[in-house]
Amino acid sequence: MTGIVAVLITTFLASAVEAIEMVTIVVGVGATRGWRSTLIGAASGFGVLAVVVVVLGAALSRVPIGPLRLIVGALLLTFGLQWFRKGIMRVAARGLAGIGGQDPHEAAEWPGPGMDWTAWLLAFKGVVLEGLEVAFIVVTFGAGANQFGAAIVGGVAAVIIVGGVGLSLHRTVRRIPRSLLQLIVGILLTTFGSFWSLEGLGVEWPAGDGAIVGLLVLYVLTAATYITLERQRAFGLRPAA
Amino acid sequence: MDRLGSWVIGFGRFWYQFIIGDDWTMAVAVAVGLVLTAVLNANHILAWWLIPLTVVTMLGISLRRASKVGQ
Repeated sequence: MTGIVAVLITTFLASAVEAIEMVTIVVGVGATRGWRSTLIGAASGFGVLAVVVVVLGAALSRVPIGPLRLIVGALLLTFGLQWFRKGIMRVAARGLAGIGGQDPHEAAEWPGPGMDWTAWLLAFKGVVLEGLEVAFIVVTFGAGANQFGAAIVGGVAAVIIVGGVGLSLHRTVRRIPRSLLQLIVGILLTTFGSFWSLEGLGVEWPAGDGAIVGLLVLYVLTAATYITLERQRAFGLRPAA
Repeated sequence: MDRLGSWVIGFGRFWYQFIIGDDWTMAVAVAVGLVLTAVLNANHILAWWLIPLTVVTMLGISLRRASKVGQ
């Protein structure tokens, strides 16, 4: 019983870390681009994940997560920088004004009748990448302790609980000004993109996974500094040149 | 064929806008930063700081360029 409890707790906590990253991306994309395409992308990711886990099984531990992290991390970093930059410019220009209102120049949600492929792709990739890590944790822990059932329960429980908490808070997320939310999501995507792309290259971060917090602090301070500079420039307190 | 060509161009434009956006220099800086990081890491030189430095620097350069264009 002790073995089962240890595997349950370990896989739950380890999977929860990855599940938080997954839910952060999905909630952030859903709140800014709309939920329909985002949730379809996330569901597609889970569908692909279910097929991958079933087909590969125990061989999943041999999937090269390194190259996958490098590619997805680089793409998230590049895309995240776009939102990061635009978020700084818009918050500097409008501050926190218009809480809950729409950007008059851009729809708050995908206006078209079809799929928002950007939201779909971001949610899909976030779910697949983090889901593969959860599957890796489940398979390795389960194989090591010969307790696949407990490992699977721990991993799935983490995703369900963290996912439920994250999605239930999405109404609160919608009340945050969109420009600020774009900035926050841009910071998060840039943070995870920076971390994953370098992990994919085999670079060791100081403090391991704790480096994510360090990157987050650095990028938040960067945003605050550039917003201040941009507002000073806008009010004529500093020249642009 | 015209329709297929338009679809291919549209698809390619989607990926370009999605990944690169309206400032291609930031994407190039990320690619160069990752390559340099890989080279430094391969030579056992601490390299984790290069990408965060690239991010902070390129944001400043891009914002400054956008401000000049806006004036």
